[in-house]
Amino acid sequence: MSDFPFLSVLTVAPLVGALVVVLLPRTRPELAKQVAFGWSLLVLALSVVMWVTWQTGGDRFQFRESYPWIPNWGVNFTFAADGIALVMLMLIAVLVPLVILASWHDADKPSGAPTATDRQPGANRQEGPARAGILASSRRSVPVYFALLLVLECTMIGVFAAADVFLFYVFFEVMLVPMYFLIGSYGGHQRQYAAVKFFLYSLVGGLFMLAAVIGLWVVGGKTFDWQALSQVDISTGTERWLFLGFFLAFAIKAPFFPFHTWLPDAGGAAPAGAAALLVGVLDKVGTFGILRYCLPLFPDAAKQFAPWALALGVIGIVYAALLAVGQNDLKRLVSYTSIAHFGFIGVGIFAFTTQAGTGAVLYMVNHGLATGLLFLVVGMLIARRGSALISDFGGAGKLVPVLAGVLFFAGLASLALPGTAPFISEFLVLIGTFTVNKPVAVIATLGIILAAAYVLWMVQRTTQGTLNPALTEVDGMRRDLNLREKVVVAPLIVLLVLLGFYPKPVTDVINPAVQATMQDIDRTDPAPSVGTVQEASR
Amino acid sequence: MVEILANAPAEPAGTVTYAAAAGLLGSVWLLVAIPLVSAAVLLLLGRRADRWGHWLGVGAVGAAFVLGLTYFFQLRDLENKSVELSLWDFIAVGDLRVDFGLLFDPLAAVFVLLITGVGFLIHLYAVEYMAHDAGRRRFFGYFNLFVAAMLLLVLGNNYVMLYFGWEGVGLASYLLISFWYERPSAATAGKKAFLMNRVGDAGLAIGIFIMFATLGTTQYDEVFTGVGSLTASTVLVLGLLLLLGATGKSGQFPLQAWLPDAMEGPTPVSALIHAATMVTAGVYLIARSNPIFSANSTLQLVVVSVGALTLLIGCVIGAAKDDIKRVLAWSTVSQIGYMFLGVGLGGGAYALAIIHLLAHGFFKANMFLGAGSVMHGMNDQVDIRRFGGLSKHMKITWLTFATGWLAIIGIPPLSGYFSKEPIIAAAFEREDWTAWLFGGAALLGAGLTAFYMTRLFVLTFHGPARWTEDIAHPHESPKLMTIPLILLAAGSVLAGGLMAWNDGVASWLTPVLGEQSGEAHGVLSHSMITVLSILVTVVGAGLAWFLFRAGTATAPQPAGVLVTAARRNLYTDAFNEAVFEKPGIFLTRALVYLDNRGVDGLVNGLAAGVGGGSGRLRRLQTGFVRSYATSILTGALLVVAAFLAVEAGWLA
Repeated sequence: MSDFPFLSVLTVAPLVGALVVVLLPRTRPELAKQVAFGWSLLVLALSVVMWVTWQTGGDRFQFRESYPWIPNWGVNFTFAADGIALVMLMLIAVLVPLVILASWHDADKPSGAPTATDRQPGANRQEGPARAGILASSRRSVPVYFALLLVLECTMIGVFAAADVFLFYVFFEVMLVPMYFLIGSYGGHQRQYAAVKFFLYSLVGGLFMLAAVIGLWVVGGKTFDWQALSQVDISTGTERWLFLGFFLAFAIKAPFFPFHTWLPDAGGAAPAGAAALLVGVLDKVGTFGILRYCLPLFPDAAKQFAPWALALGVIGIVYAALLAVGQNDLKRLVSYTSIAHFGFIGVGIFAFTTQAGTGAVLYMVNHGLATGLLFLVVGMLIARRGSALISDFGGAGKLVPVLAGVLFFAGLASLALPGTAPFISEFLVLIGTFTVNKPVAVIATLGIILAAAYVLWMVQRTTQGTLNPALTEVDGMRRDLNLREKVVVAPLIVLLVLLGFYPKPVTDVINPAVQATMQDIDRTDPAPSVGTVQEASR
Repeated sequence: MVEILANAPAEPAGTVTYAAAAGLLGSVWLLVAIPLVSAAVLLLLGRRADRWGHWLGVGAVGAAFVLGLTYFFQLRDLENKSVELSLWDFIAVGDLRVDFGLLFDPLAAVFVLLITGVGFLIHLYAVEYMAHDAGRRRFFGYFNLFVAAMLLLVLGNNYVMLYFGWEGVGLASYLLISFWYERPSAATAGKKAFLMNRVGDAGLAIGIFIMFATLGTTQYDEVFTGVGSLTASTVLVLGLLLLLGATGKSGQFPLQAWLPDAMEGPTPVSALIHAATMVTAGVYLIARSNPIFSANSTLQLVVVSVGALTLLIGCVIGAAKDDIKRVLAWSTVSQIGYMFLGVGLGGGAYALAIIHLLAHGFFKANMFLGAGSVMHGMNDQVDIRRFGGLSKHMKITWLTFATGWLAIIGIPPLSGYFSKEPIIAAAFEREDWTAWLFGGAALLGAGLTAFYMTRLFVLTFHGPARWTEDIAHPHESPKLMTIPLILLAAGSVLAGGLMAWNDGVASWLTPVLGEQSGEAHGVLSHSMITVLSILVTVVGAGLAWFLFRAGTATAPQPAGVLVTAARRNLYTDAFNEAVFEKPGIFLTRALVYLDNRGVDGLVNGLAAGVGGGSGRLRRLQTGFVRSYATSILTGALLVVAAFLAVEAGWLA
């Protein structure tokens, strides 16, 4: 089974599915949804087989396959996965079916949209910028929406599976296209502005990376193969420029402070499902790229820039958390919490210890599950109310207790409560960072207080307190979670709890890859400063 | 998955070793699992469990109590009274190994009995107390969740497990305080509790990081064995961080402000969480970490100071409050101050603090449930100015409350006498002038306690009736509520004497807290202190009785500086608001503005520059260029151009 070309098949499969879906007649939207959902389940099944086939403790890169593409330039379709890529691929495979299921009615004709009552003149509030215009142009097509989700899955899998720098770059850029349309055509208020902003930011970052990719090809002996490039010894001066080119692209993608301002707009305007994928997976390409490219290929530059990166990370943790507290729009709030979480991931990566690095990768997975859940459940709330403004809610727990409970759980996962998976990753990042950089770790730990503040205040303003009388007038708010929505949230809740109690199956896959990366940059964990216990047992 | 550790070989003195849990003790994980599963069932089944859910909740805690007793007797027969059970590898990355493991030793055992025993009685009481609340099933779900988390907190065999339970307790406390979430005040009180707790939690977390950075472990036995090799300053910082965590959970200065607000929750919550169990977690943490705290005298001095200061703050504010539950809440703050004083004094006083903690668990739960019983009969009135004369109408509540009152003020032979007086005596046993300072504070606290508790008791049960018009006949509570009261009253009378008898509990705890070091000599003789403490108690109680036997005004009267300050919690809330809340809100608002205008504008400008002039960007953004194609095409052209350039050798 280990000879099976998992990665290329996984990459192509959603694309084929997208073609099938888009060719279905527009008159049968339900069929398109079902086919898309079924297809994503097939991809999930194949990914599970791949997970089982993976040899923990085996080679760093497994499932390697390579086909020539542009031989003159040394460009190949080379795929290979290390432990880091493997867990991200699993995350994609798990999230996409759930997002498809959660987005079931997002592209439907506006007649069924729950905004209708909200637009009555009786609502005496002005049309604020944060009001989610779920009404969309009549031109949007249901099959295209679901086909776009599958195309997005194809590009996301490709970007994590690529082991050829040029191939990675191509996927990195192409990935923008389906997301651009998902935001621009199916999003809410200000979707055009948000989509273009998202696109431009990413494109600018991509151009810097392109320059660095070409530079790398030149100094690296005219090859794009990652493994060959990782053996090349590059002078520190050149490394610095190449590092910066890649890092800038990844820092925008992730996003790190101060390149973060596109995310609240994009996350606020995107449909909830697309936002879950955007923040849950797409942005992880940035942090993944740093781990895969910036560190192993340019180790000296990475070490030189590490203090700056740590500073950006720790500023991001505090700054974005404070901003999250001050948001009055649910989706923008969740976007800002994610920026704070990306700060944790950045700190974990640049602390250069096994615990922090493993914690950072685990954080990427857990954040995908937790924030994915948070975006989806917030989306369910917004779809019912027809507004994303927090002040349009209040006391919603009385009307939709199960939905409020799931929102609360997602919030707990987001603030990294023990018993949920994010606790493990946050703990690993902090404890690993503390062994090498105490000030950064201590400031980052203060982030856990702020996390409690933004989650609990959000929960209080939406679901607790006196019932907002306007809520009872909205039909949607009288319906608690239906079966479809329960099926969406249940697997995420189960995974978050299971990995919160027993994270070993995932950390055992991540850890060797992180240790290999630490070797690439020639760093080892510091020994305990006293270490009597350790020495006694050795 | 249950793997049992091999028996550790005998080690030289100074090292801490735990034996493997064998036989029946191998199932000690059930203590946590039973209430946890029950909580999950209650919360997940929803309305389907409404009819029987509360009995499942009571049964789960009852079963845990029976199991706890069984384990207790098993442990008594063992040679090495500390057994641990490693369930699975929780976190294993690099050199960091965290066990998902439990430790059952004398200290954990007494906590298990307190939590499940008193917890069971409070659960039973709540069946009736919450009978008319539509959310009773949910309530019992949260209650069970709390018990599970608290048991995990005291049963973990390393600091990460403790932290796990610690935060779980914080969560359950939040859920229960804001149980009536539709009340804005309850929702705010829950949030306040969680946030202040998290400040302490952050301290505890950093303490754990220090352990790993210096000793490479978070397991209790390895940390305690290695603590001797740490520098004094490391121990001090580590201990202060643990203390910060402890003050958060236990409502001690400077993190005490959340505890009285927590009275927004239903009364059984106040009894279980904010009197008998959760708030004692800080005392547990310090007692458990006694090798760390005993290793640094400065650290101990800080703990003692926090205890002494808090016990006085609690007394002063408690004396000025009119809300029956808030008086009891401040009294809890004050009594836990005594416990902190005890664990700070170290040596034999560790055991004294634990004994006071256990005794307090009985009499405070008794009085909180008694307060609930009073409220039950008085249309949920909480103002003691509007009570009076209830002794004739609720005999059982009156008598049981009286035992709690006499116990807390330390009248012999009730339990408070046996548990509080030795702490006062121990405070006088310090070697320098601080003996007078801390001993005096503890003694003064005893007098103040007698004063405000007597005020509470007299205004509630004696004197003329000052009820609101809507109450004609206050009624005694039903049996399901009075039976727990009676049992807790029995505990309030007997527990102290039983625990002090023949040094029973103190010697039981010796394996954990160490041998008592010889006979200490205080600045005053022990009998002198006994006489003094009884004297101040009688004076305080007598004064209150004299002042309040004829009732009081039904509304607060203008008062002097001290009373006004005490009514406003000594301005600690005002301080928090002025120093943290207001600037915090201003900061977030300023940052939101800055982020929208400054950072975004700057990066937009940069992007515009790169993109070739802001005009073009604006056109893109305003939607004139509807197609993304131009951008992609531009990008693609750039790629091709770059490659041609490379091929032509311009860059090489």
